[in-house]
Amino acid sequence: MWIDRFLELVPGERAVAVKNVSLAEDVLHHHFPSDSATGQGALPIFPACFVVEGMAQTAGILVGHARRFQEKVILAKVNRLELEYDATPGTTLRYTATISRMDDSGAATKGIVELIQHTTEGESTPVTVIGHIDMMFSHIDNNRSGLEFPEHNFVFSDAFRLLLESSGFDVDFVDSAASNRHAPNSTS
Amino acid sequence: MTREDIFSKIQEVLVDALGVDDEDVTPEARLTADLEAESIDFLDISFKLEQAFNFKIPQGELFPDGAAQDPEFVQDGKVTPRGLEEMKKKLPHFDFSSFEQDPCLSQIGNIFTVNSLVEYVERKLAAGAPA
Repeated sequence: MWIDRFLELVPGERAVAVKNVSLAEDVLHHHFPSDSATGQGALPIFPACFVVEGMAQTAGILVGHARRFQEKVILAKVNRLELEYDATPGTTLRYTATISRMDDSGAATKGIVELIQHTTEGESTPVTVIGHIDMMFSHIDNNRSGLEFPEHNFVFSDAFRLLLESSGFDVDFVDSAASNRHAPNSTS
Repeated sequence: MTREDIFSKIQEVLVDALGVDDEDVTPEARLTADLEAESIDFLDISFKLEQAFNFKIPQGELFPDGAAQDPEFVQDGKVTPRGLEEMKKKLPHFDFSSFEQDPCLSQIGNIFTVNSLVEYVERKLAAGAPA
């Protein structure tokens, strides 16, 4: 998962999620490492592709949740992608996704990316809009096309369920939508 | 709204949705063959037209919807006479005359021209389309 927590989830309308950028993440050790040949020091910058992925997950879960995860939701198009600032370790990315239009075929979402730069107590925390990412998702129904979709294509894994739950959001209906993908737990 | 105004707005929508240039969007240009639209782009175009003209486009009213799945309408990759009749009724803004000569479903994209979008919007606005 490229988001850590949902702050807000208004069904069918809007979702806000955050991702803390951490030096413990392997990706930052490679992007970019120090270069002894040039004497260039390490420059850890959170890759833009994962900012896009974070927004895709925020918006995708919002779209899926809007229909109680009855259909697979697939990212189909990135309409707009503007990122004007890099995220570095110790900052937080905040993704706000809204559904601008949705029907049985799919949904269009608008997204704002903000960067929160944490400060010491007493100082105000700068929150800067650093980008806009608008996307389109397709509703794929197994039966409609007559095709079977392999498990690993399914966006809504247990990880997202854990994320929603730990963020304090209702996931009671997720089990019925999972179509018995997993062996049922014994219940008390 | 004149036909020129409608064309101009549709041109903007297609430039935005498909990333093509203004001059690529001619009345005869075909969405798939000439402007390289893919299936998701049709949904994007539909949503953007709704915003541009302030009306709602129900599924299946602008582009054919689910016809391929119905064996009464499509057999062995060709649209049946019954299927053609149904499409002409539901989608009067498309010109089916050349498609009728050889109704291969895979070739249906050829009738999705910019002109047909103009035709659709004109009809809808004339019918006093509710927002």
